Parts: sequence; structure tokens; C-alpha cells
Amino acid sequence: MTVTDTGTNTRRLTTAKAISEGIAQEMRTNPEVFVMGEDVGPYGGIFGSTTGLFDEFGSTRILDTPISETGFIGAGIGAAVEGMRPVVELMFVDFFGVCMDQIYNHMAKIHYESGGNVKVPMVLMTATGGGYSDGAQHSQCLWATFAHMPGLKVVAPSNPYDAKGLMISAIRDDNPVLFMFHKGVMGLPWMAKNPRSIGPVPEEEYTVPIGKAAIAHAGSDVTVVSVSMSVQHCLDVAEKLQGDISVEVVDLRTVSPLDRETILASVAKTGRLVVVDEDYKSFGMSGEIAATIAEVDPTMLRKPIKRVAYPDIPIPYARVLEYEALPTREKIEAAIRDVVS
Amino acid sequence: MLSNDERVEFYRQMVRIRTYEEAIRRDYHADKTPAWDIGAGLIPGEMHLAAGQEPVAVGLCANLRDDDALTAPHRPHHLALAKGVDMNSMTAEIFGRTTGLGKGKGGHMHLFDPAKHFSCSGIIAEGMPVAVGQALAFSRRGTDAVAVAVAGEGAANQGAFHEALNLASMWNLPVIFVIEDNDWAISVARDASTSVPSNADRAAAYGIPGERVEGNDVEAIYLAVKRAVDRARSGGGPTLLEVHTVRMWGHFEGDAQAYRGEELAVAEAADPIPAYEAKLVADDLLSQAEIEQILAEASEEVEAAIAYAKASPVPDPTDAYQHVFA
Repeated sequence: MTVTDTGTNTRRLTTAKAISEGIAQEMRTNPEVFVMGEDVGPYGGIFGSTTGLFDEFGSTRILDTPISETGFIGAGIGAAVEGMRPVVELMFVDFFGVCMDQIYNHMAKIHYESGGNVKVPMVLMTATGGGYSDGAQHSQCLWATFAHMPGLKVVAPSNPYDAKGLMISAIRDDNPVLFMFHKGVMGLPWMAKNPRSIGPVPEEEYTVPIGKAAIAHAGSDVTVVSVSMSVQHCLDVAEKLQGDISVEVVDLRTVSPLDRETILASVAKTGRLVVVDEDYKSFGMSGEIAATIAEVDPTMLRKPIKRVAYPDIPIPYARVLEYEALPTREKIEAAIRDVVS
Repeated sequence: MLSNDERVEFYRQMVRIRTYEEAIRRDYHADKTPAWDIGAGLIPGEMHLAAGQEPVAVGLCANLRDDDALTAPHRPHHLALAKGVDMNSMTAEIFGRTTGLGKGKGGHMHLFDPAKHFSCSGIIAEGMPVAVGQALAFSRRGTDAVAVAVAGEGAANQGAFHEALNLASMWNLPVIFVIEDNDWAISVARDASTSVPSNADRAAAYGIPGERVEGNDVEAIYLAVKRAVDRARSGGGPTLLEVHTVRMWGHFEGDAQAYRGEELAVAEAADPIPAYEAKLVADDLLSQAEIEQILAEASEEVEAAIAYAKASPVPDPTDAYQHVFA
């Protein structure tokens, strides 16, 4: 279902399978790693992030929890401060409202409050994003909400390779890491997907550094900075415009800590910036990136920044309404053409 | 059941804690004059002291080892001292010094001592799920250590309390939940906030034993906790205890407590330490000279800790940027 044999040396996996493989490999080598969350056991995670783990590791290391996010995220923190490395799934990021105290008052702050004496090596993975008519309470991205909180690292991969490498990095990190996977990049068989959601993933363990963006598509006319699902759209547009406009796509991979150096270096080269973000526009990631340019050297811009971000509205249900608001390829292309005109 | 030495030691520990709270209270108020400013002085910020609740801490922690975990709420000093947290490091933290438990970053509601598996949280009931996770770690590692979550009676109406109890029961974890019922959630009386006469009744909802201990009696508390700890260590799962105690002072220092009316005098008169002292004197376990010696030793230790804190360096302002990440 999720593995596609290309006949080459590098297998192609869905992002979901890449994530679960990364977790499994860490579990095989480190007995302190365990997984808990809602439906992470025999079901394998609603979005496939724990597929196959229950069969290999059983109920002692893959713990289905009650619908009790404050309880089990708090329990993850307790296990982490005792030196274990829990991977805890919050089924939809939208559910953070029932457990945010554990996340931002405890998971994020204990290390600081303790003067560095207590570590919280925990991964909180969660599903984000819309585009499939799941409405206002099951479609948000919200990475900026968490990136706003000091003490949390926030990663959001756009493809299977980065997903596995970032998951392994997150488990090995001594800090709490929010691992935010967009449902649209998981390669789920029951959701329309971009082919980029299935890609080559080495069998061996490897890491992708947290806090380091990637140049996903090199170019010289305009910098397009994005993260997660929207990166796939940006790459589609960059390839479409090849030969006409040379687009450099920066895949942040990590929202916080933000890789400002890579953004600045690219914008210094192109002089033009489009930020594409499926998270809410105001007070968010796109504004932070714009502020970074403004604080460091606004004269590097030859044209004003364009933002293609989610408008400041709750996410509507009807398909036509939702796609009015989502950052689509058409909007990205229009923004690029506007800044290079 | 309790030896004479154990009973005297209970008294000594309660006196030690009370002496500490009185000294912190004195120093807290000493430099907030002439216009009282909560952010001024060598000890700035909110200050929640536990006079009257010493029997809970002492009776509880006499059952615990260093490798047992304890999560405390916003009113933590009595629990920290009884758990064995170093008085100097804790006092230095309260004074915001580099030698403090958190190097001055935590303050009195956020004391962390990993060697004693002690922590606190200023958010009501939210330390309880963390204790469940500590118990999960102990259980997974096959040790017989237990985790204890302490919270006030106001916390038993929070979702985190109920989620923690359900999870601990589901997974049969070695956790003891201890509710300190001091009758007041700041200014709201327990009768105005709680739908059941005893929070211990709520244990039935989670299929675990529940027990309420009346009388603020250190020996009764010790024995109730002992039953719970023995059960948890031997694989019998969690217990919910509610201990009826007394808040002799305000919710925080500076709380005028007008809402307490005549009840305040009753609370102050219900001081558990003179009562226990009289009991030990009547049992010929304490002489006046021994009482004075215990008081003198407590005072010496506490004043030395305060002197240590005051002599410790204040942080460099740029230390604020350290320890965001490990």
C-alpha cells in the first residue's frame, strides 16, 4: 500500500511510512523510546504515522491512550523528565486547546525554569493542514502558535526523506520537539495527493538537522520561502515556470528555530521574496520572515514582499470556500509573477 | 506502630518547616515598605506559604525515598523540605540567586531538584499528569519507585485531576494522589466549589481506593500514606487520598483574608504543631529543654540558609538567554 518498488536501489516510501520507519529504527536501538497517543496502536495512527509499530513492539511500547490529551501529554512529560524518550501523538493539532497547558507551561518551560537541570526529551507529533473539507476544527496548521512559545522546536517536513530524518533528529534531541506533519504530505491512499508525497527514502538511519532549511529548487530571480505542504505547490510552480522565471524555493523544514541565514542569503541573491504559508497570515510565520528582512537589510529587496498565506478567517467547510482561502499554485504563481514584473 | 524516635522526628520536621515559612515570611515583608510593592525586595513576586499544612508534608514524605517522585503545586515549600530538597539551594532560588535550584529562573513556584525527583507547577492540577508519567517510567523500568502528586482541594475540580486518575487507574501505575484540603481555593470555600463532601469519594469513579484523613494529624496521615505507598510499590496501583488540613495564613502573602471572617481565628487556633507537641510531652517523649533545642536547631539551619542565599550572587542579566534549550 505504501511502498512502491521502483526497481532502483533507493526505495520510494510515503511520508507516513517514512515517519513510522524512523520511529521503529530508533525504538530498535533505544529502549527508552516509546509511543503513545490516540489510536497509535493496532490502527497505526489515523494518518499512518505509527503504521506497523504495534505489530513489532507490542502494547508495552506502543500505548493506545484514552481521549485524554492533558493526561497523556502530561504523562509523556513525566516520562521524559525521568529520562525516557516518548513520542506522543496529538491526533489533530487543532486539539491543542484541551491540553495547551501541558505543552506550553510544562513541556516548553521545565528546562528553563530548572536552570537547565531538567531535560524534556520528548517528541509531540501532530497532524496539521486542510484542503479536504474537514472544517474549522480539523484543518489548521498552527505552527506559528507553537513557534511563538520559547522552548519548543517546531519541525514540519514537506517530503518523505526529510520526514524520516527529522523524526530521528527529534527523538534524539534533548529538547521537546513538535513534529507537525501535514495530512496532505503523508501520501495517504484515501486522500488526493501530490506525487511528491511519495519519494526516495534510504533504508539506513540518517538525520536531517533541526533548524536548517533546504534549497529545494535553486533559482536566481525570486526567493519563495515556504514550509510543509505548501512547499510541494511551490515546487510545482517553480518547475512550471522553468525557463521563464528562475524560482528559488526555500523549504524551511523547521519553523523554529528559524533558519534566518538561509532565507537572508537567498533574498540577498534574488532581491525578491514571496512567503507561502498555509497558517494564518497575521502575527505568524510570514510576518516573522518579512520582519527578519526588514530588521537586517530592507534594501536587499528590489520589490516589496508578497505573502500568500491563509487569510484571517476560520477555515470554511465547503470546498469552494476553503480553496478560496488556501495557498494554491495559482496564487503562488500570481505572486511570483507580480514580484518579478 | 510508630516508634518514639519516629514521632519525635515528625515533630522536628514540622518545626523545621514552620521555622522556614516564618523566616521567609519575615524576609518577604521586610523590604516592601513603606508602600507595599509585590515586585520589590530581596524576595519579589507572589509568595504562598504553607503554615498549618506541615503534617501533610511530613506524614507523606516519611514514606518516600529519594528515588520516589513528588510533584507539588504552587504552595511547595513544606513538601520540598520534607522530600529532602537542599534548603540552601531552595532558598537561593527563592531569593533569585545563581546558586538556586533553577539559577534564579524558576522562583518559589517552580522548584526542580532532579536528584530528589522533586518538581512543582504553578498551574492548578497540572502537575498530576506529570506524576503519572513518572510512575509510567518507573513501572516500565521495573523499579518499585512510586510517584506522588500533591494538589489542593480546588485542583480536584480541574480536568487534569480526572484525566490523571483515569490514566493511572487504566495503566495500574504506582501513583499516590494527595489532595490537601485546606478549605479554601484562594477565597472560595470548598463547599462552594466541590460537589461531593469528600474528594476521596471521587476515587470510586476511577475504580481505585480513596480515603479521607481528618484531623490534620501527622501520624494518621503517615499511616494512610503508608497504606497507599505499600499498595503502589507492590503493584496494587494508584490511591487517592484527601487530607483535611488548615491554611493558617493567606493564600499568598498580602492576602487580607476578609473573606474568612470568624473562621480565620478558628484556623489559627487549629495550629497542628503545638497540638502535636502537647501530645508528645504528655507521652513523655519531649522535655521543654528538648523542645527548645529543636527550635534552636531549626532556627540555626534556616537562618544559615537565608544567609547563604543573601550572600549568593545575583544572576548576570544575560543569563536570561541561557537554558532555553538543552
